[in-house]
Amino acid sequence: MTHKQIVTATINGELTEFLCEPHQSLLSCLRDVLSLTGAKEGCNDGNCGACSVILDGRLVNSCLVLGVEIEGREVTTVEGLAGWQALTPLQEAFVAYDALQCGYCTPGMLMAAKSLLDRHPNPTDGEIRAWLAGNLCRCTGYDKIIRAVRAVVPGTAVAPKTAEAPETADVLQTVLETASVDQVKEA
Amino acid sequence: MVEIKQNLIVVGSRPARVDAVDKVIGRASYATDVRLPGMLVGRVLRSPYAHARILSIDTGRAEKLPGVYGVVTAADLPPLEGDDAVGEKAFRDRELASDKVLYVGHPIAAVAARTPEIAQEALDLIRVEYDVLTPVVDVLAAMKADAPILHHDMRTRSLAGTGEKPTNVAAHFEQVKGDPGQGFAEADVIVDREFRNPMVHQCYLEPHSSTAVWSDNGGLTLYVTTQGTFSVRSHVVRLLRLSMSQVKVVPMEVGGAFGGKNSSYVDGVAAMLARKARRPVKVTMSRPETFMATGPNSGSVLRVKMGATRDGHLTAAEATLIYEAGAYPGSPVGSGSHVMFAPYQIPNGRLEGYDVVVNKPVVSSYRAPGATQACFVAEQVINELAGTLGFDPIEFRLLNSVKEGSETVDGTVHRHIGAIEVLQAAKASPHYTTPLEGPNRGRGVGHAFWGNWGACSSVTMTVNSDGTVSMVMGSVDITGTRTSIAMQAAETLGLPLDRVKCTMGDTDSIGYSDTSGGSRTTVATGHAAVKAAHDVIDKMRERAAQIWEVDVQAVVFDAGIFHVPDDLDKTLSFQALAELLPRTGNVVIGVGNVDVADWGSCFGTHIADVEVDPETGKVTLLRYTVVQDVGKAIHPMQVEGQLQGGATQGIGWALYEGYEFDAAGQMLNPTLLDYKIPTALDVPDIETILVEVPYPHHPFGARGVGENPIMPPPAAIAEAIYQAVGARVCDLPITPARILETLGII
Amino acid sequence: MATVVVPHLMRDLTGGLARVEAPGHTVRAVIDALEERYPGFRSRLCEDDALSAVLTIAVDGKVSRLGLMQPVGQSSEIRFLPVIEGG
Repeated sequence: MTHKQIVTATINGELTEFLCEPHQSLLSCLRDVLSLTGAKEGCNDGNCGACSVILDGRLVNSCLVLGVEIEGREVTTVEGLAGWQALTPLQEAFVAYDALQCGYCTPGMLMAAKSLLDRHPNPTDGEIRAWLAGNLCRCTGYDKIIRAVRAVVPGTAVAPKTAEAPETADVLQTVLETASVDQVKEA
Repeated sequence: MVEIKQNLIVVGSRPARVDAVDKVIGRASYATDVRLPGMLVGRVLRSPYAHARILSIDTGRAEKLPGVYGVVTAADLPPLEGDDAVGEKAFRDRELASDKVLYVGHPIAAVAARTPEIAQEALDLIRVEYDVLTPVVDVLAAMKADAPILHHDMRTRSLAGTGEKPTNVAAHFEQVKGDPGQGFAEADVIVDREFRNPMVHQCYLEPHSSTAVWSDNGGLTLYVTTQGTFSVRSHVVRLLRLSMSQVKVVPMEVGGAFGGKNSSYVDGVAAMLARKARRPVKVTMSRPETFMATGPNSGSVLRVKMGATRDGHLTAAEATLIYEAGAYPGSPVGSGSHVMFAPYQIPNGRLEGYDVVVNKPVVSSYRAPGATQACFVAEQVINELAGTLGFDPIEFRLLNSVKEGSETVDGTVHRHIGAIEVLQAAKASPHYTTPLEGPNRGRGVGHAFWGNWGACSSVTMTVNSDGTVSMVMGSVDITGTRTSIAMQAAETLGLPLDRVKCTMGDTDSIGYSDTSGGSRTTVATGHAAVKAAHDVIDKMRERAAQIWEVDVQAVVFDAGIFHVPDDLDKTLSFQALAELLPRTGNVVIGVGNVDVADWGSCFGTHIADVEVDPETGKVTLLRYTVVQDVGKAIHPMQVEGQLQGGATQGIGWALYEGYEFDAAGQMLNPTLLDYKIPTALDVPDIETILVEVPYPHHPFGARGVGENPIMPPPAAIAEAIYQAVGARVCDLPITPARILETLGII
Repeated sequence: MATVVVPHLMRDLTGGLARVEAPGHTVRAVIDALEERYPGFRSRLCEDDALSAVLTIAVDGKVSRLGLMQPVGQSSEIRFLPVIEGG
């Protein structure tokens, strides 16, 4: 038997103390210990992004972070996005553009999009697609998600449709160059 | 036929879906989010072998592990009895194997424990002795006379008579129209090709999860993720020999389903564990369990032969469809054969199908079950014929398209269809009229027919005394159903959408409704909602007549107002009359209940532009357009979402997805790392064109839209790749390696 | 009299006839009538007292979900198809 450890961290702006097993993932701590069930488990091995949260300003898959690792650190989950009164513009755009169907990927998708916009307030379509490529959505085909994120980029109306190839590898390269390595999504 | 309503206000608008806010703030509650006091964790022990006899199962050590509250095996099921012991045994063995395992992942036992760690340790302590048998994982090998037999009591079911020997061919059919031999003799060009596709998974992001709790009086409540609460109830009632009224199934938000949540996988086990442990038990599958032990679509081998004259008329078509059922019979080969030639007038045809068991996961429905691979092969051949004969691919389809009253190869007749309208809209689309230029680029077209199922739906509607309406539907909302059903009710009642609330009912609170599948829900449950609304209107007209002391026939309802024509004093809005209800009699409750017998029709045409890197074989999708007859788009934005999401799943079939097995039947890629589905980087914006040819059996003319868009992408993309680099790939997925192999580069 | 399109694989029973006529107001009655004329007709299509689980019925080109109870008209055409399912 292992002994549970006490972890103290700031979660969605509140100083929080909780007990967790040394091997317990941050995702499990959020969901099973703290009842913050917004982050979802889709694969538990870092390949779907449904559990994405922001840890000290970095986007992480919370299934790949241990609960004990967040000692003294700051975590933002989907529950921490909106205030008491209002949704954030990003959440409003997801609602207005119907950028969700089943909604299971939505919390992670929102955290990933927030993380992109925090870092690059004016991403191109290609940059949006590259940044969100770690967050799987099986319902929407991504189209309306991209439009919703685009809608909160200042000065960007609905982008024209084009027969050009979407920027792919080049965009990823740009993202990698403009971000320091530790800002790029873990795993 | 019903009179189709015109001048619509709510229907056809684009309101925010009613569940959207809960979903963007993380509050929407899914089956995995259920937390009950004292709840235990359930885990399932699964077979490591694809084919083996179970000699013994010893759960003794697991039961004694501290923190374990219950262990169950097939021995805990009620004893087999009755005449149908064979079918019943197979049903139970799918849930928990008793004497034989038939695929890697086949459930054998389950434990309930205080923590996931203890549950896993307990599973490790269960000792199962196996006699390992030779598995058969290739569908053609399974059909051979000397193949290992999965079910020794299985005989081929066929209209030619039931077979006499044990076999893996569960069913066989053959349908003939006209004289195919004569038809091919009349053809100037014949294309004859063989195609293969692997199993692909629905890959809903939310794995299956079920939480069971028993009350002291023997009542069972299940909190589930499912497309059909009543199907879960039937399943558990049959498995545990309960009465239907004993079981309440509560639908939670569904984290994606796509046909895969029509089947029940962990509900029975959760119920068994909860009964034994006398505590609530939640069983949630992992992603590898979901891949290995829930139903993918059939892998299949198909051969298609089609002939046409020089002037572009199809003369004959033949297909042989061999579908893997997985470990138990029931592949969707019938659906595949029904739709594959259905878009075209074909005077002579033959369809032959085989349903074959193999030592792989049991297949389940996946969005237009069995139809995507059938569409892929038929449309590839159509594209090849059009190209060989020098026709524009859409022109060729228009030339041969079915029309009102056309009879398909299997003898069904097209009625109220928009096939021509869809093809014409595709031809005139901004995409198709823009030339594609540049080296290694190509454009392809795919076209599909799919119906929408009707079936049973129930809705009740209560008028509240403030003029709002609370309605309960028996359908599960798998993607926007509450919104689209409330819109149809609001339109009928003349109310704004925010005055009508639609809730998913549990199985105790609403009448039987069939599963939310088969592109049926917006159409059939919408129809039920309109009927309930008319029931409400009729009852409120009676009340108005009572208040005004006039004959009920004198009271007219129009656009949310009850009034007596030519008597201005006798006018009440819906809300004003609702406020009078408590003082004038009983509450007004409307009921709508339909059993729609008809399969509606829906056609879709897709256009894909690709660029292929001739050195690496990498395919980049440049542009993609979906054109579909949607009848009437109740919520156009949600319809677009169905088309975009369906097309993207079809793109996954085309380029990326497929189960890989080793010779022992072990799945080699049961993670979302190794089984790749399309990401945001893999697809362009998906353009949509909604063609609206009203369907006359629905009050607003709506057609089911969800399934059709998964069908055309593989054929459209395969043709685009052929146009780009000259590689006609006949096996899915069309990987870079397959393209380079076809080009002779590797 | 309703017309039954004899499934390709059952034409051994009808001496090669592709279409046969039989009286009856339901599919069940029509099959019963054909069973008298062509012994074995029913057992190919039915299991116990129901339509085989792998079949569905189309009357006048429309797929029915009523099985053997499906009503048929005087000039109806009945076909038997492999079962069709949605997702």
